[in-house]
Amino acid sequence: MRGREVRVHPPAGLAVVGILGAAVLLVPFVALVAGVDLTRLPELLTSPSALDALGLSLRTALTATAICLVIGTPLALVLTRLDFPGRSFARSLVLLPLVVPPVVGGIALTEAFGRRGLIGEHLQLLGIEIAFTSAAVVMAQVFVSLPFLVVALEGALLTRGEAHERTALSLGASPLRTFLTVTLPLLVPGLVAGLVLTFARALGEFGATITFAGSLQGTTRTLPLQVYLERETDPEAAVALSLVLVVVALVVITVAYGRRDGRRDGRRDGRRYGRRTGAEA
Amino acid sequence: MGSSVVLAGCSALSDGAAEPATTLTVFAAASLGDSFEELADGFEQENPGVEVEYNVAGSSSLAEQILAGAPADVFASADEPNMDTVVAAGENSGEPKPFATNVLTLVTPADTRADAPDIASLEDAAAEGVKLVVCAPQVPCGRAALDVAADAGVELSPVSEEASVTDVLGKVASGEADAGLVYVTDALSAGGGAGETAGGTVNAIELENADSAVNTYPITVLDAAAENGPEHPELAQRFVDYVLSEDGQSVLEADGFGAP
Repeated sequence: MRGREVRVHPPAGLAVVGILGAAVLLVPFVALVAGVDLTRLPELLTSPSALDALGLSLRTALTATAICLVIGTPLALVLTRLDFPGRSFARSLVLLPLVVPPVVGGIALTEAFGRRGLIGEHLQLLGIEIAFTSAAVVMAQVFVSLPFLVVALEGALLTRGEAHERTALSLGASPLRTFLTVTLPLLVPGLVAGLVLTFARALGEFGATITFAGSLQGTTRTLPLQVYLERETDPEAAVALSLVLVVVALVVITVAYGRRDGRRDGRRDGRRYGRRTGAEA
Repeated sequence: MGSSVVLAGCSALSDGAAEPATTLTVFAAASLGDSFEELADGFEQENPGVEVEYNVAGSSSLAEQILAGAPADVFASADEPNMDTVVAAGENSGEPKPFATNVLTLVTPADTRADAPDIASLEDAAAEGVKLVVCAPQVPCGRAALDVAADAGVELSPVSEEASVTDVLGKVASGEADAGLVYVTDALSAGGGAGETAGGTVNAIELENADSAVNTYPITVLDAAAENGPEHPELAQRFVDYVLSEDGQSVLEADGFGAP
């Protein structure tokens, strides 16, 4: 929107409604910050259970993000650069975790990897049990956050087209070399934005985790689960821990979008969004 | 939270044309859901023109909503601490009365696998290698689990401490966990009556020392009833009396609740 030659301002009435719309999103967060008891904040944030939850959240969310990078990049390539029947349907499937309720995601994971699940049953025979372990937390996080990375990369791949790669290939570079030396470097901005969002989503994951992984301090009780539990006995602690999640999310999103805004290719991004929404509508 | 308020508003509007119906808003703990629905039917039959609307949620959520000014006439809590919160804030009118009790029971998945551990007692459930799921100590069923275990001299080592008893039940019913501690009423609603398994998802194993952790449910008329209309405080009291009556108690007993 920002970098176009002619700036088209919205009608004044719509702008007012739009600003009110922003208030709908902002007011609850302002209230959250206002509700924090600053004098108790250090004590609330450094309790052993809070530190355990924060540590577990950071470890699992980083692991999940790394896994998403390894499997999400090829997935985005397959969806954009490989012709196969049912590709658009496959794209829809990738987006599913974004729109199903998280608890449904958790049930689906249980049906797949639980002790009596489709795959879990066989893993059980091999002595591998996933439920109630930190691995289950990571799986839940990967499941819900992978689409963020794929969508971000898809966008980047579609916008840029294939001209550079074609040149490289015509000059005799192998597909792998082309990918590593041409595609990947050009993807970096989209990749960074996607990874940051993936991490933020993994950090905030709640429903699938509580359904599939359970809740045990230090093993499966991530920060969102800790917040949910603290609410029962110590609402102030819940508010304080919520603030941590909001601040981390805010930093992360600012990093993802802030750097984009500051770049000269902001204009290209503007077009990209226009195109993507058009295609998805 | 919103639904009951909206529903109450709607019914007041639509009924205005026909006969003037009064809507009584009852906040009831999640575990009372089914029983109170039945109680509502009975109460509505005895009091024509009265409609009972429910808000069913965890007791602490309900207490929070009441403190935030929710226009409820009656509060039925699953435990005393949450009722105490409401009383301390002066949101009640009249003394809360105990109307039911609940005790814990051990549940195991109904369709046990061949390699599932044999579980017949709390000791078995606490054994190494058994995937036991309980409520977290922050919630009432978790405190009860700790009490029962302490009384039996058993140390529990759960693989998960859930935030609600329904989450515990879900993990056992799905077979993810080998055993779990839930309320007798939860086990019964999942088809796990004492010794019966027909169609149920869990087996219930009675705890020998279940009485060492009895959960008492208190009910009270709320102060807000007075603001909802002149007839509300009286109706609310009548509802409370109905729950405490022989008819009301037999409904609760059928669902597994104990007498107060």
